[in-house]
Amino acid sequence: MSGAAARAAEAAARASYGRLLAWLSARTRDLAAAEDALAEALRAALETWPARGVPAAPDAWLLTVARRNLGRRARHARVHAMAEPALALLAEEADREAAPFPDERLGLLFVCAHPEIEPAVRAPLMLQTVLGLDAARIAGAFLVSPAAMGQRLTRAKARIREAGLRFEVPERAEWAPRLAAVLDAVYAAYGSAWPDMAGVDPRLTGLAAEALHLARLLAALLPEEPEARGLVALILHCEARRPARRDAAGRLVPLAEQDPALWDGALAGEAEAHLAAAARAGQAGRFQVEAAIQSAHAARTAMGGTPWGAIVTLYELLLRIAPSAGALLGRAAAVAEARGPAEGLALLDAMAPGLPPSWQPYWAVRAHLLARLGDAVAAAEAYGRAIGLTSEPGERAFLQARLAMLHGAAIRTT
Amino acid sequence: MQVCMLIYEPKDQTAKRHDPAEAPAYWGAWTAYAAAVRASGLMVGGNGLEASPTATTLRIGAGGRQVQDGPYADTREQLGGYFVLEVPDLETALDWASRCPVFPGGAVEIRPVMPPPAA
Repeated sequence: MSGAAARAAEAAARASYGRLLAWLSARTRDLAAAEDALAEALRAALETWPARGVPAAPDAWLLTVARRNLGRRARHARVHAMAEPALALLAEEADREAAPFPDERLGLLFVCAHPEIEPAVRAPLMLQTVLGLDAARIAGAFLVSPAAMGQRLTRAKARIREAGLRFEVPERAEWAPRLAAVLDAVYAAYGSAWPDMAGVDPRLTGLAAEALHLARLLAALLPEEPEARGLVALILHCEARRPARRDAAGRLVPLAEQDPALWDGALAGEAEAHLAAAARAGQAGRFQVEAAIQSAHAARTAMGGTPWGAIVTLYELLLRIAPSAGALLGRAAAVAEARGPAEGLALLDAMAPGLPPSWQPYWAVRAHLLARLGDAVAAAEAYGRAIGLTSEPGERAFLQARLAMLHGAAIRTT
Repeated sequence: MQVCMLIYEPKDQTAKRHDPAEAPAYWGAWTAYAAAVRASGLMVGGNGLEASPTATTLRIGAGGRQVQDGPYADTREQLGGYFVLEVPDLETALDWASRCPVFPGGAVEIRPVMPPPAA
């Protein structure tokens, strides 16, 4: 097999997988069948392109073959009601030949985050259908066994087919909650990448690039939606800091100690452009506020210091729009910087009763504030919890170094 | 469900146990992890194991008894210890496994504990 043909097939698949699948599945409402048909078409491409050359329009070629596969499958399963849309699809072939096919990925994103689909499987479903990621890789990122992830994805697709869910953008009446579900799922895809960003090893960066791809796609498909732009701005700001987040030994560098010269200016600039465009709509939303907080951190070089007062105000706004433990913790940390560690610690104490005991970020912030207050014993205990609960080697090394400094300081003062 | 987390350590990690420069960070990480597991209320039991060269392996087959100095299999990673946890599901077990200070380089195998046979 020729390497060039294989590369061309791969490139076509990567560039168009989601568009092809969206087009096919929107007509049959059967994601699993559309995936199978597309996979078969990709295999056929690898077999025929080396001999006959790569077609001028690889997408159209793949679409035609996939459609024939679906039609054949439908004829074999004529007894099933599902066969009808697939046969209708085949009939469309004649009049659609060679015409550029429309981008229907937005409908696919909406069906993946449909209220009928269990929230935990929405992000995995998007990653598989829009980007064509394999279930094993998705399972690893979400820390689920591949068998369990495969089952969940299969169940979700069966639900879409059985309920006859429409691969369309929702009506105006249900637009806001449906869009919120899509944004949450894309953010969850990014969240799966966040904890294992070991930085040094690109294989350990999880699905950050894939989640950014989804967020950029969503903002491009919905340029008038300020929250879609807010979400991509948030992810871009976080990604801009990736090069500064680890030192040479792979140890975590906290935001306040990062060298801004290492931040990726292009990504940060793209984030700012989205945030400015979002602001023109004049509707604050959760993701815009979170992105604005990251933007305020990024502004510290220009402003000669982090604007902690503004960050506290933004967290208070975030808590009104979308209260969460993460927002409470962020506000406590910002208050500690703006008004002193004692006030920050008081906010931590107030939020503690409702928290799961194994929530690592709480212990890391608590340890830091206790250390700043000079309470070495309580700080050491909190560092211990944070060290024991982290799943990031780089963060563990950072926290252990802080704990060692604490012990060193305690020995010097006694 | 009860699961056993079998912790497989690469030899260079196990060697840190007795390396004066590396031992404090090694034990610090494991002590903190074990304390966090205990604090979660999920811990049923567990132990660390002495390094694999201390193992003695017995086989009895057609050729008679064979006692071997060393572990059952001479692999790059060796069993370094285990935890038994009472967890609601496999995902909780994976979540705790991901926090083991054995990565990168090591592995954690999660196996369901068999319920006692019905009397």
